Amino acid sequence: MIDIVNKRNWFFLISIILLVPGIISMLVFGFRLGIDFSSGTVMTLRFSTTVDQPGLRQQMTDLGYGEATIQKTSEGDYLLRIREINTGQKEALIAGLKKALNTDVTLRDFYTVSPLVAGEVARNAAIAVGVASIFMLIYIAFAFRHMPKPFRWGACAVIALLHDVLIVLGIFSILGWLIGYQVDSMFITAMLTIVGFSINNTVVVYDRIRENMRKGISKDFAVTVNSSILETITRCINTSLTVILTCLAIYLFGGVTIQQFIMALLIGVVVGIYDSVFVAGPLLVLWDRGLRTSPQAA
Amino acid sequence: MKTSNVYLLIFVLLLFSFALWAITPLDSDRFGRQGLTLGLDLKGGSYLVYEADLSKKDPGQTVDAAMEGVVGKIERRANAFGVKEPIIQRQGENRILVQLPGEKNVDEAKKLIGQVALLEFRETTPDTSGGYAKDEKGDIKWTPAKATGSDNKEKELTGKYLKPNSKVILKPGTNEPEVAFEWNDEGAVLFEQVTKRNLQKPLGIFLDNQPISAPTVQAVIKNSGVITGMDMKEAQNLAIQLNSGSLDLPLKIIQEQTVDATLGSDSLRKSMVAGAIGIVLVILFMILYYRMSGVVATLALLIYGVILTAIFKLVPVTLTLAGIAAGVVSVGMAVDANILIFERMKEELRAGRTLGAAVDAGFSRAWLAIRDSNVTTFIACIVLYWFGDTFGAFMVKGFALTLFIGVALSMFTAITVSRLFLMLAIKIVKNPWFYGVKA
Repeated sequence: MIDIVNKRNWFFLISIILLVPGIISMLVFGFRLGIDFSSGTVMTLRFSTTVDQPGLRQQMTDLGYGEATIQKTSEGDYLLRIREINTGQKEALIAGLKKALNTDVTLRDFYTVSPLVAGEVARNAAIAVGVASIFMLIYIAFAFRHMPKPFRWGACAVIALLHDVLIVLGIFSILGWLIGYQVDSMFITAMLTIVGFSINNTVVVYDRIRENMRKGISKDFAVTVNSSILETITRCINTSLTVILTCLAIYLFGGVTIQQFIMALLIGVVVGIYDSVFVAGPLLVLWDRGLRTSPQAA
Repeated sequence: MKTSNVYLLIFVLLLFSFALWAITPLDSDRFGRQGLTLGLDLKGGSYLVYEADLSKKDPGQTVDAAMEGVVGKIERRANAFGVKEPIIQRQGENRILVQLPGEKNVDEAKKLIGQVALLEFRETTPDTSGGYAKDEKGDIKWTPAKATGSDNKEKELTGKYLKPNSKVILKPGTNEPEVAFEWNDEGAVLFEQVTKRNLQKPLGIFLDNQPISAPTVQAVIKNSGVITGMDMKEAQNLAIQLNSGSLDLPLKIIQEQTVDATLGSDSLRKSMVAGAIGIVLVILFMILYYRMSGVVATLALLIYGVILTAIFKLVPVTLTLAGIAAGVVSVGMAVDANILIFERMKEELRAGRTLGAAVDAGFSRAWLAIRDSNVTTFIACIVLYWFGDTFGAFMVKGFALTLFIGVALSMFTAITVSRLFLMLAIKIVKNPWFYGVKA
């Protein structure tokens, strides 16, 4: 029998290896914030003739938008990010580009947020993640209320969850400076969805531990936890796999608009398998052993 | 089969038939609903958040009354402009959310609806040089035209006293567009005095402090007049604004999202294709891995899909790009309950139970895990919906709402529909191999 629980220190080490680069990146570089968190304007432009990126950059600078970040999408459109502008400035910018580049311009998508809103969004996002975690903890503690120390189950489930969230945050911080991935309100949506979904597998594992404790399959809590993990590992992987399949399909074929969002979901779900199987159960044992020196009967 | 299960089966089949009828074809008229309601990121349009400057509020008015007045006027303007199904809502204390789905002339609509549009009449006095009084910059110095109202109070002559029936006419001969207006009783009293006082002198007409024109008063007029000096578009907008009345509070756009209709239909097509591919992948996986149980899960998924679409159409739920993504992701989650049940069944079969006993045990023992895991997803959805609602992120709200509905419905289909079909299946296919264990 594979002994996941006794090798738990190895898995905690893997977690640390996964966490550290992301945390360093978060501390050093922070995040590339989307405009709903930092204010500004994002727009997608389609030109009727071929326009090269350096040419577009030159024109943007000439029109007074030297700060613009310009990205070419896979569909051949240009994604521009500039400061917050009003309708008059928008019209002037489009007219200016039309004239300077001698081409027709279609504004496919325009999104602008003032600093006023951006501050509120960032604050509410933090509240939302906090509130969701607290409710999860309360619910898990409630669901396991007949177990000894229900709070401990809730706390371990939420630690495993935050471990998942922290890894995704770290990866997005790294992807931010590597390929310009942004943290915006859709990213927060992905995080909360991960919070709601990834705890499912942990619940499945814990549910089995609960059942096995009632059955009394072993006197040793660690052995009970280990068998419970092994008994549920296939379903944990399979339930996530179906979500991964649907996410992959949307990522590959669903267009650029929600790619970053789906990527955040995907990473979260994959990491979620890891922390349900290798972190959530072993954490219970760690807490148990940390408090009692000898193996404890279930 | 137990009688209660027979009734349940009949109920499920009736529900399924009803849902199927409701959505075939998708654009059929069912209970006044045609097709799916698409968000503006899928059909194009604009999403605007205005903030009103409450410091400019008339002290005699409550904030609620002032805001409601503004919302009502914006509504009238949007309708008069010809926006189809505009959505105008007050948000928080001093914000107004305006959605203009499918609108192509967004910039123009924005100018029209968000402008205060206070029409003022101003007069000037002749100076010694034979011209008129000038300000420091050398422009004509205008002062508000005041007159005594029927209640003997002095009042400024503004658009407030117009009847809501201004219209654009073409000046005979030149075809120049003009806005023809009529005064109400009070306006007529004031206008008569103002024109009498300013005979053969210019009368300045200002919109939000910008001069439109300054015609010379030719005669004493009481009831009506025309405003010239605009192109056709401007004249049309002014007529709409005069009829709705000026806004009591100045507005500023603090958030705007505008999507071109072509991008919207691109997104819709792509996400539909992606969704179909995702669902096919899930079905393939389920059938290959769980065999007969997988077929049952696929049937349950089919019923799930039809009922979900019917709910979207009939409620109606506004579908956004993120909402469709949530719908597709919820398919992946919908089969989760099935997976938990089937895995449990396999365990029971391996432990030597009969097929019937394994199905029963699979459902009853997996129930706790299914319940607990779905509740956590519901919590996340509710928190998300709140989060999206606080700043009007329709993508976030759309995702949360759709995911909630999807997960709730999937619990029903996984638990009732799969169980019923599985009970039928084990009567027909009795070899345990088909349920994922060695025969």
